[in-house]
Amino acid sequence: MPKIKLPTKSPHIDMTPMVDLFSVVLTFLMLTTTMRQQEPAPVDTPFSISEKPTPDANMMTLLLSTDDKVYLNFDNGPDTLLKYRPKILTEMGKRYNIEFTPTELREFEKYPSSMGVPILKMKEFLAAKDVKEKTVFQTGIPIDSADNQLALWVLFARQVNPNIQACIKGDSKTGFPIVKKVLDILQDKNVNRFNLITSLEAAKINLEEIQK
Amino acid sequence: MAEIIQEEKEGGKKKAKKHAPHIDMTPMVDLMCLLITFFMLTTAFAKAKVMEIVLPERIKDKPIDPPKISASRTVNIILGPDNKIYWYPGAVKAEDYNNLPPLQETDFSTTGIRQLLLERNRALFKKIDDFNNQVLTGKISGLSQDSVAGAIRQLKKDDDTGPIVLVKAYKKANYGNFVDILDEMNICGIARYTFVDIVWYEEKMVETAAGIASTVNAPAK
Repeated sequence: MPKIKLPTKSPHIDMTPMVDLFSVVLTFLMLTTTMRQQEPAPVDTPFSISEKPTPDANMMTLLLSTDDKVYLNFDNGPDTLLKYRPKILTEMGKRYNIEFTPTELREFEKYPSSMGVPILKMKEFLAAKDVKEKTVFQTGIPIDSADNQLALWVLFARQVNPNIQACIKGDSKTGFPIVKKVLDILQDKNVNRFNLITSLEAAKINLEEIQK
Repeated sequence: MAEIIQEEKEGGKKKAKKHAPHIDMTPMVDLMCLLITFFMLTTAFAKAKVMEIVLPERIKDKPIDPPKISASRTVNIILGPDNKIYWYPGAVKAEDYNNLPPLQETDFSTTGIRQLLLERNRALFKKIDDFNNQVLTGKISGLSQDSVAGAIRQLKKDDDTGPIVLVKAYKKANYGNFVDILDEMNICGIARYTFVDIVWYEEKMVETAAGIASTVNAPAK
């Protein structure tokens, strides 16, 4: 009896449609993507019903971590073309008699996330090569009244870019005293309008009860 | 097989192949899978939202009296430790710190602070809700989104029955509480609210209510 030989080779699957589909998805993702920035401290933003999107430009973000450190970020959006960041650093350097080289300014301009470096350590921070080395210097911006560097950063940021808006990004568990302190510093510099960064959440309201 | 039969029919004639040679797409698919996974993980789809808050300007040069507000409409909300909210109506004067009114405790649930605020703000909330319904059902049409927002702002401005909420925070509150309470103001459509500094006797009231050892004393006069 002749044996039926089963083909040992697996049947050929035409991958072309799959490749087509993947290309479409990949193109879509590549075009829509905005890279998630690696923040120096993990922050879980609280929820709110606000639907206003975060502004793309002209903003400075104050990051308040759970361990009461303050980090500052001037946006990496379109306004890096206007070179706000190096200007702010130059002003800051003048105040502390530190002269930054063009390389350092460029490094500062390119740094992709929030910074929490005391100005005296800034040179070392900018010279550090990799991320791990840099995080050592991220000790938070000093905000005590003896050496209130945050106030100066805010002052110079507003001098360089008068349209800059303050955004506050805090963890829901950040203690209130540090928030209060930061708000006070900003208000001292005549910043009275704040954007609190939150995640979207739906609110439930019992409408029938209201209509009674 | 189809291909073999075809070849036989053509009698082994050498003919330029019409079909492109089969390219193995598998590595390409592998690579694309990797890239897609990478992009999906790094993409922040939902852009973070912002909630705007405007605090009253500080006038440093000449101290001016704070605006007078009616005590009957005032609600003081104090953010306490452990996600609790304490509140009291009206005002307390520094003179009667020996006889402070007790604080009432509530929480961030729908039956807590939200109910409290909605009850007091019912008239305004109803107006805003009716207006929104009219826009949605088309009774009022031809309004742009800006003018709808403007009309709601006007409704809030004209309101003179809703509560005036003063938000204060005890030092053991956290940032999440702060955002939550401001969010409640937006949800309940409170027209007038602001964030003010806590005063020492209010801290004392919180400590009494929460059963914490007191850390504040009356400032020496």
